Amino acid sequence: MRNGAQTLLDCLKEEGVEVIFGYPGGAVLPIYDALYDAPIRHVLVRHEQGAAHAADGYARASGKVGVCLATSGPGATNLVTGLATAHMDSTPLVAITGQVAHSLIGSDAFQEVDIVGVTRAVTKHNYMVEHARDIPRIVHEAFHIARSGRPGPVLIDIPKSVALERGDFPHPPGPPARRGYRVVGAPSESEVQAAAQAIAESERPLVIVGGGVVPAEAAAQVQTLLERIDAPAASTLMGLGAVSGHSRRHLGLLGMHGTFAANRATSHADLIIGLGLRFDDRVTGMAKHFAPQARILHFDIDRAEMGKTVRVDLPVLGDLRYSLPMLLDALPGELPGGAAEARAAWWSRIRSWEQHQGWNWATPMEVGGANGEPLRPQAVLQAVYKITRGDAVVVTDVGQHQMWTALLYPFRHTRQLITSGGLGTMGFGLPAALGAQTARPDESVWLVSGDGSIQMNLQEMATAANYRLPVRVVVINNHQLGMVRQWQELFHQERYSSVAMTDLPDYRLLAAAYGWRGLRVETEEELAEAMRIADAEQGPVILDVVVAPQENVFPMVPAGASLHEVLLEKPVPAQGS
Amino acid sequence: MEFTLGILVDNEAGVLARVASLFSRRGYNIQSLAVGPTEEPGTSWITLRAVGDDAVREQMQRQLDKLVEVYAVYHMAEGMSVERELALIKVRTGDRRHEVLQIAQTFRASVVDVASSTVVLETTGDSGKVQALLEVMAEFGVLEVARTGPVAMLRGADVLSEAQDPQRLSQAAHEA
Repeated sequence: MRNGAQTLLDCLKEEGVEVIFGYPGGAVLPIYDALYDAPIRHVLVRHEQGAAHAADGYARASGKVGVCLATSGPGATNLVTGLATAHMDSTPLVAITGQVAHSLIGSDAFQEVDIVGVTRAVTKHNYMVEHARDIPRIVHEAFHIARSGRPGPVLIDIPKSVALERGDFPHPPGPPARRGYRVVGAPSESEVQAAAQAIAESERPLVIVGGGVVPAEAAAQVQTLLERIDAPAASTLMGLGAVSGHSRRHLGLLGMHGTFAANRATSHADLIIGLGLRFDDRVTGMAKHFAPQARILHFDIDRAEMGKTVRVDLPVLGDLRYSLPMLLDALPGELPGGAAEARAAWWSRIRSWEQHQGWNWATPMEVGGANGEPLRPQAVLQAVYKITRGDAVVVTDVGQHQMWTALLYPFRHTRQLITSGGLGTMGFGLPAALGAQTARPDESVWLVSGDGSIQMNLQEMATAANYRLPVRVVVINNHQLGMVRQWQELFHQERYSSVAMTDLPDYRLLAAAYGWRGLRVETEEELAEAMRIADAEQGPVILDVVVAPQENVFPMVPAGASLHEVLLEKPVPAQGS
Repeated sequence: MEFTLGILVDNEAGVLARVASLFSRRGYNIQSLAVGPTEEPGTSWITLRAVGDDAVREQMQRQLDKLVEVYAVYHMAEGMSVERELALIKVRTGDRRHEVLQIAQTFRASVVDVASSTVVLETTGDSGKVQALLEVMAEFGVLEVARTGPVAMLRGADVLSEAQDPQRLSQAAHEA
């Protein structure tokens, strides 16, 4: 005889779960009791939001399903931001929440919240377990739903009475069977043929790589495609790394803070080959004016994304792991003569746009930090790149530092950049870095954060110390909520409203309090030295890097503008205005 | 522009909330919603009517189709489907009861309750017919209306539960 909680842990083990990020409480006492004997690691976070982000970081870094566990009521509601973050970026997560006993549900009992109702809009699916005998089926289904198709978070709410119910709860045989849940596989031959035809006819193609390439493990096929059709590629934030940042074919990030070349190429292309992206507003600028000269090919696993924001001329509905090999088969071995000529002309235009590229990892620049000049934040990113030799798993928070990371660190692999794209969740970084470090214990994990973001889940410093997770945190400290300040400067007539971060903590003292190593960095020499120390440090370390407060992220396409209207620097106001 | 969708779902707690919230989160109002069990145990048929152009309808069909409990979404296009709704209408008759009853008979509405100065009429038909009856009765005074909203069914020999690939059937239905 097993109880519901023990059955749950048996099932998690069966799904291959090795680690759970969680926080105990009344309604999950039976589950924590079962965990006491279970062969699954538990990482005790310091706030349930941290558990959700850590599970998310673990999932993004490993490709496995991340698991988090929280009690009913406030424990469960604290997961919500983490679930929404995972939902927007399609990461596979299973969240387990305790619920009050069945007999109390609906009575506004202590720590009761209708978490299934609350999380309906931020999960791929969710469940309330009615009977312990349903646990094996539901857990199996939940993992299947979380990781298959377009991945996403699934929540299972388990009343305490169900966790305590005793009996024999056999596992259902075979794979989960839900006739309403169909996983998209290979695309139709005719859609692939039409796509191949359009590619063959194109003179100015641009491949846009999105996050869908990551779970499909299709980076190698993307590379083959680029070479076969001799095309340039741009990436969304979630797609960075699928095409090497060192590749001459890679134009970098596109969209609001995309590179000049990536955005110009989008505006001038006659064919967009979109691979696993959802054409969100940060990517497209004003959707109506997106890629005005192009036919748009959209390869995606989610039919609801086809034509949702931009018109799609040729949809190819399918899993990229099948779509791309089929496309490569359908394409001619090499470009026909005329096409090769047209392509040479296209490349020469692209190279001319690259003259306006702005900084990348290799651009020589003033580092600052001497003669009373503050350090330049971009130079800090270059220093991180240099010390990590481009090999680190890089996690970010949200804001200016995130965009500088995307622009300045050339990612070479998928799962190398871990960042909250769709939801833009400040406070994601530290717990996600702990999850990533847990998934990849032998790799160097660096978190690039800001003085705003880092304070949002600061309590997880204790988790890092507790489990000796040697994350390296670089706080790009401009004493501002820099991205908001940038918008206020550019679009709100420099009326700086509540963006100054005054009375910041002394991160060295904070580090000491939490058992971390902490360094303050203000000069070029200190920067170089701090990078060496952080790289060699065995435990967690935080670098408080004081940078120029007024630096802005460029290029920038103002919200609602078309990608063509890119600002490379702060516009000078017209005479007389 | 109004459109009608037929949605085949697992009859589970929360399924209506999921369907409704897909509309509400986009600011689309559901005009009517009728739900009932089908010939197959554990399965319900939802007839949903909402306002929107073809792009809106298509996006909603695709979003609905992603719900785990939903296994088919059909566009119940005019001509491809039959639609019926039932309405109860409480009419003030005053001293003109005879006239009211005569009109009711013309509309083949039945009288299900009679009081001294009111009657309750029951009518079944497409929404146009219900609307027409309401307009005629307005002259006497419509005191209360309770409508089910339409339930709809595809015409012809196609049977929902036998559809091997509901996606294809729904595709065919909305392309036609």
